[in-house]
Amino acid sequence: MSVVLRLERAALGFGARRLWEGLDLEVSSGELIAVLGANGSGKSSLLKVVLGQVPLWSGSATFLGTPVRRGDRRIGYVPQQRLAEDGVPLRGRDLVALGVDGHRWGVPIPSRARRQRVNQLLSSVGAEAYASTPLSSLSGGEQQRLRIAQALAADPRLLLCDEPLLSLDLPHQRLVSDLVDDARRRLDLGVLFVTHDINPILDKVDRVLYIANHRFRIGTPDEVMTTDVLSELFDAPVEVIRHNGRILVAGVPDQDPYHHPEAAVLR
Amino acid sequence: MIGLDSLGTVWSEIFDFSDYRQLLPLLKNSIIACVVLGIVGGLIGVFVMMRDMAFAVHGVSELSFAGAAAGLLFGAGVVTGALLGSLTAALLIGVLGARARDRNSVTAVLMPFGLGLGILCLGLYHGRAANKFGLLTGQIVAIDDPQVTSLIVISAVVAVGLVVIWRPLLFASTDADVAAARGVPVGVLSIVFMILLGLAVAVSVQIVGALLVLSLLVTPAAAALRVSSSPVWVPLLSTAFAVVASVGGILLAAGSSIPISPYITSISFAIYLSCRLLSVRRTSHRSPEPAHAT
Repeated sequence: MSVVLRLERAALGFGARRLWEGLDLEVSSGELIAVLGANGSGKSSLLKVVLGQVPLWSGSATFLGTPVRRGDRRIGYVPQQRLAEDGVPLRGRDLVALGVDGHRWGVPIPSRARRQRVNQLLSSVGAEAYASTPLSSLSGGEQQRLRIAQALAADPRLLLCDEPLLSLDLPHQRLVSDLVDDARRRLDLGVLFVTHDINPILDKVDRVLYIANHRFRIGTPDEVMTTDVLSELFDAPVEVIRHNGRILVAGVPDQDPYHHPEAAVLR
Repeated sequence: MIGLDSLGTVWSEIFDFSDYRQLLPLLKNSIIACVVLGIVGGLIGVFVMMRDMAFAVHGVSELSFAGAAAGLLFGAGVVTGALLGSLTAALLIGVLGARARDRNSVTAVLMPFGLGLGILCLGLYHGRAANKFGLLTGQIVAIDDPQVTSLIVISAVVAVGLVVIWRPLLFASTDADVAAARGVPVGVLSIVFMILLGLAVAVSVQIVGALLVLSLLVTPAAAALRVSSSPVWVPLLSTAFAVVASVGGILLAAGSSIPISPYITSISFAIYLSCRLLSVRRTSHRSPEPAHAT
């Protein structure tokens, strides 16, 4: 297992607002790390740092031994599910093709190699059935499948997922997280998986990075997702309940609407 | 049959194709202008639709009208004025309105200002009245050689520019975050696109008029998107629709006493309507989506 991403004494903020500091994190190839924390704690900003879009306040971020930079093709990115609207002249396979060569200038020139590559990516996520279906008539889960294929198009070494399960129903949450898991095993990818809810990926997570109160904890889910650790991190009495293999976090001070959808499940 | 008689009178008042054969050679410049305009409008329209900028196009065209009117008043020329007006508007909307919500309000603020400014300039202008009206509703005749040359040059810049940025612009217009992660210069592209849009509007305003620019820059692409989702077919169809509307418009207008714009807008609208009907049939005939195992 080689280290693909390394952050050392990293600190980040915007304007006068500090998000986190003193972050030391290593992501190895084949390792899936869940990034958790309240809204506004700097989870997505961490991904932006790795993408070279936001500079660190201090410390360093290196990807495969060199400082992170904008537009590194060896980093794949899966965004939040956002439904494509009517009026997007793309079918399933065209979205994947953008991952293959969408960054190049000019108009795409069809070729056998390009076609085969797209077909191979489509089949790797089981999306052949809607390769020719207009994007706007696909469901959120189907579109997320295609976005994973798109992210895998450039043979990445690191996959960044920014809330890819948001607003998907439970079966599709499972399906999409299975696809990410399958891809990292098959391609030996490091994965940073930003999510507000660890449960859909709990059985796949190697380590958790939990950010709160400008601080963080890193460790296995068993080490981090405990009443003691999270209470200390939040500086407030937080309760972690394990129930039927699920982790339920109650009493997080920042009452954002996404943080405990599990409460409803438990009732 | 008084009804039919009067209809015939109206028809003969509007249309007179008797000298058509002699008329056509005189329209050479106008026909070239319409073909070129159709190509540019059809191509850029695809991105106008993708980026949800139809309203912004309308705003840019009003400012372009103001510029053209000022050009007429101060003697700088309609082309120069239209270019200055639309480029200013396009850049303002592009820079101030990065988000869709901001863009709509910026457009809505600029549009009446531009229209008012244009009407002021026209009010002060004491030249030919036909020039005034033409800026708002279009004109066909009197496209001279220098004018058609400038139109072709500007349109070529837009077409070549679009082809060069086509793929990354498609990526950025589909999913800006992912495109940015891939190293596509999303911000630069959107400014370049606004400049190209400004140029396209400026040339269209001179032919179809400021009020009707949307019929060439939006309607054909909107129609194409009703019947196809292919990134190859949509621009091709959109271009074909726009050329049919603009050239069809000039051929009809040549034999009639009415300006070109109602013909262009009517053909454009008829194409859109047909595509919509076709798409309704297409979707109702589509077999139910296969259930995907989860």
